[in-house]
Amino acid sequence: MAQTKRELLVDPMVDNNPITLQVLGICSALAVTSSLQVAFVMSIAVTLVTAFSSMFISMIRNQIPSSIRIIVQMVIIASLVIMVDQVLKAYAFEISKTLSVFVGLIITNCIVMGRAEAFAMKNPPVASFLDGVGNGLGYGLILMMVGVIRELFGAGTLFGVTILETVNNGGWYVPNGMLLLPPSAFFIIGLIIWAFRTIKPEQVEEREYKIQTVEAH
Amino acid sequence: MEGLLSLAVKAIFVENLALAFFLGMCTFIAVSKKISTAIGLGISVMIVQSITVPANNLILTYLLAPGALAWAGFPDVDLTFLGLISYIGVIAALVQILEMVLDKYFPPLYNALGVFLPLITVNCAILGGSLFMVERGYDLAESVTYGVSSGFGWALAITAMAGVREKLKYSDIPDGLQGIGITFITAGLMALAFMSFSGVKL
Repeated sequence: MAQTKRELLVDPMVDNNPITLQVLGICSALAVTSSLQVAFVMSIAVTLVTAFSSMFISMIRNQIPSSIRIIVQMVIIASLVIMVDQVLKAYAFEISKTLSVFVGLIITNCIVMGRAEAFAMKNPPVASFLDGVGNGLGYGLILMMVGVIRELFGAGTLFGVTILETVNNGGWYVPNGMLLLPPSAFFIIGLIIWAFRTIKPEQVEEREYKIQTVEAH
Repeated sequence: MEGLLSLAVKAIFVENLALAFFLGMCTFIAVSKKISTAIGLGISVMIVQSITVPANNLILTYLLAPGALAWAGFPDVDLTFLGLISYIGVIAALVQILEMVLDKYFPPLYNALGVFLPLITVNCAILGGSLFMVERGYDLAESVTYGVSSGFGWALAITAMAGVREKLKYSDIPDGLQGIGITFITAGLMALAFMSFSGVKL
């Protein structure tokens, strides 16, 4: 085992973040971040599903015939997602309404499939479980960052608690309505990626075309 | 009929799966480097979407909804909790069947689209389309319309994106933004443009 347990857990959060570096699971990352509470629930749900699906798939990895492995993985993931969905509907109905289809879409969230395929099929259960937790948390980290920015500046609240008193309620802060609209999530993630790569220049992608300076004649 | 038309326009422009709901983003970002591949993937998504949404609608109405099993003698059975697993099963199976049919009867089409078909099973846009159909309670005619038009909207978005990216690779972009960073920001600008359709009333 090349990686220690700590590395398995911490590595996906910064160095190998599923969203900013592996470009996985962005679908839901953008849609559920307009309020922090929803983003938080979503992060927990994804972390649980990734961790347990990786663990179960890793347990039976030697029994799965490779030609039908995708279907087997799908069935395991879908069953876990159904459990999460039912629990949310029973104990947090309001939030499950806001999340609408995005709980179901955890099934096709590329992080879950990606980790199952890339890691859990080759590694023992405990390591796979930790890898799943790590990737889920890495995903959650970005989700929370985007959620904080969008809710704080878009509505002046955090977790529904007023931080910046908005003009409508007699305060001073003029909320930036655009941050509550879908496109802002793209900009924020783009900028977060820029920030990550400025701090860690080794993550920068190669240019397809180099810009060359030509001397004037 | 008018209702269906406005549903179609809404699904293509206002509620574009890719740009308003961020569905199928992974493939949207990963496969939008060249226009030709983007068109191929777009068409595959459209075909699969037009088959799976109505198919899942039938499954919901005749197997899963509360009381739907009355024809088999189980009027009290409610299987809606099995929804997610059935939809994804149907999608995976249909994609597999489509792949085999294309391979057997339309080899040129299979050669053009074959590589994208496995990708589509895990494309959130396909499952998302079916889930929206369930959530909004579409009937069969509406699901057919919704399937075709939402798939078309997705194809439109990825083709436009590929067009922008083909030009973009010649530009001088700051190092950290190179690659997916600038792609996100471009997608954001496109989403803003698509939002201007939201004022359109039919």
